[in-house]
Amino acid sequence: MPESSEFYQFKGTDGYIASRALLEAVNCAIALERPLLVKGEPGTGKTLLARHVAEGVGLPMESWHIKSTSKASEGLYVYDTVQRLNDARFGSGDVADIRQYIRHGPLGRVFASEERHVLLIDEVDKADLEFPNDILRELDEMRFTVMETGDEVVAGKRPVVVITSNNEKELPDAFLRRCVFYFIDFPDVALMRQIIDVHHPNLDTKLLDQVLIKFYWLRGQNELRKKPSTSELIDWISALLRSGVDEQQLQSHIPFLGSLLKNEQDTDALNEYEKGEGRFPDKWSDLGPRFNQ
Amino acid sequence: MFLELFYGLRQAGVPVGIQEWMMLVVALEKGLHGSDLLSFYNLSRACLVKSETYFDAFDRVFARIFHGVEGELSVSEELLDWLQNPKNFEGLTDEQRKALEELDADELMRRYWETLEEQDERHDGGGRWIGTGGHSPFGHGGEHPTGIRVGGRSQNRSAMKVAEDRRFRDYRTDSTLDLRSTKVALRRLRNLTRQGPADELDIDESIDETCRNAGEIELVFRPERRNNVRLLLFMDVGGTMDPHYEPVSRLLTAFHEERGLRDFKAYYFHNCIYDLVGTTADMYRKDAVPTGDILRKLDERWKVVIVGDAAMHPAELMQPRGNINPRYENETRGIDWLWRIAKHFERSVWLNPEPPASWEHTRTTEIIGRLFPMYQLSVDGIAGAVGSLIGSRPQAPNLH
Repeated sequence: MPESSEFYQFKGTDGYIASRALLEAVNCAIALERPLLVKGEPGTGKTLLARHVAEGVGLPMESWHIKSTSKASEGLYVYDTVQRLNDARFGSGDVADIRQYIRHGPLGRVFASEERHVLLIDEVDKADLEFPNDILRELDEMRFTVMETGDEVVAGKRPVVVITSNNEKELPDAFLRRCVFYFIDFPDVALMRQIIDVHHPNLDTKLLDQVLIKFYWLRGQNELRKKPSTSELIDWISALLRSGVDEQQLQSHIPFLGSLLKNEQDTDALNEYEKGEGRFPDKWSDLGPRFNQ
Repeated sequence: MFLELFYGLRQAGVPVGIQEWMMLVVALEKGLHGSDLLSFYNLSRACLVKSETYFDAFDRVFARIFHGVEGELSVSEELLDWLQNPKNFEGLTDEQRKALEELDADELMRRYWETLEEQDERHDGGGRWIGTGGHSPFGHGGEHPTGIRVGGRSQNRSAMKVAEDRRFRDYRTDSTLDLRSTKVALRRLRNLTRQGPADELDIDESIDETCRNAGEIELVFRPERRNNVRLLLFMDVGGTMDPHYEPVSRLLTAFHEERGLRDFKAYYFHNCIYDLVGTTADMYRKDAVPTGDILRKLDERWKVVIVGDAAMHPAELMQPRGNINPRYENETRGIDWLWRIAKHFERSVWLNPEPPASWEHTRTTEIIGRLFPMYQLSVDGIAGAVGSLIGSRPQAPNLH
């Protein structure tokens, strides 16, 4: 296997529709051996990206899902003192060898592995504010020392690191500075058609048009507290297909509102709107010039 | 040209450092930019800009610096077309048309770039900004014989078109405010302290003590860490605040849902705070409470946030009985009440939904701005306000 990282070129996969800018950001991160930081609205496929990068470049993947209680050191290794104490009392295992009780975390496993990995650090913003700073050096130098034994773990092959963030907390500048950044924007209509085609192939075009008109109109309403996202749109289409609603019924009414709007006030507001004089758009031109088809 | 991009970004307030710049240079050395400008645009944005809130600024700077590289060709062809067939456009008077035809191509391009740089929101109708409708030469769906269509249907999007589209305007933190980003900003409103009953087991101390006790187990307890911030909110529900209903209601929701606060109280007023404030936004007299009571009951550690446009008739602020609401009468001047609030509480801020540029044009806003540190009701503004409520530096308002 050639050492040069140019060998790995991500070109997208069948199950994942990526824009050109995203492909270029991924390849930039691979070539520069920098972590790729992916931000975006929930439901735009940030986590999926890592899995498909791994599939696309043919590398194994390791994920580290961050929780609010996660600590940076857990990603490197955990020293299982309780097991050692237990072994010491009941006389099993080699208590003198501390190495037996060092368990590598996702980061440690990737470093120690002979093979190059794709490492996903999922939802880095969930953890404590200082968390990103704590893994800075390890990500930068791709090495760390196990304090208890003095062993140094050095990454033989620098992993491709994908980090996702939901924007719940601001990330520290020093951390950002080392990353290649990509923001997954909400898909436009053309891209959305492709995405829907992956999930619901051979959808009737007239129905799809009505669905998308209603969906983008809803998203355009600034009063909504939570705008529907791609995954909700796909659920909604499933519901429509199962109940056999046709595009005529869709023209003046939005059925199964519950699968699109997840907030009581939003649903109420829309019902009010429908009860009043409000009408829903049924042509692309109703949505304004940005949506001219 | 490349260095111009670097300094242009810094000037536009995008935090770009040497490290980001070196990353881009290395990427260019590796030939990642390919041969077209769109790739270079994608690459430089991924390397230089680390937050979607700066994408809009990046787009503007990029469009300005690189517009000569490929923009000229694609636009001028279109432009020629339009110049040659001005008669296709109806609905303008002869006089208007004549004036518009006098704009030559160079002048038009120059004004186009200027306008794009100046403009910072979507615009429909009107005669100058780029948008839809209207009779500006720039935009689309409008009427102008020599106009430039911006955006539109083109399938092969060039880098210039992408940059010019400025689709990331919505993510600018200085202009928009959604519930989530408000909550993120408010999350910093925390001041964790250990107070109250000692009911949490302190494991480290317990181990230390147990060791000192030669193995006899000794448990050590400490008080739980708690947010010690109490927040007092005054909110203007007057007529001039109606256009700001959305951002203000989002702020209110965010405050109510911020569970970290130790205590939270909200009161409502109309234009200015007087003897009575409402406990509901309807401002019914029977639900009103005396402002003086609030000052007596709440100690100086409460953090005060006042939300209002601070714009009113000077008499409403500076004279007794200035309240324009006939249901309320006030003996004390509004300015005195505001002064008392600013003096009573250690930390207080004013959030103004109007853009800062307009503050100095309103006399009352200027006066109130001397009493309270004033911030715009935007994500950046709220972050600044929270900083001045929590930060180590106490405010030094001018209490004269």
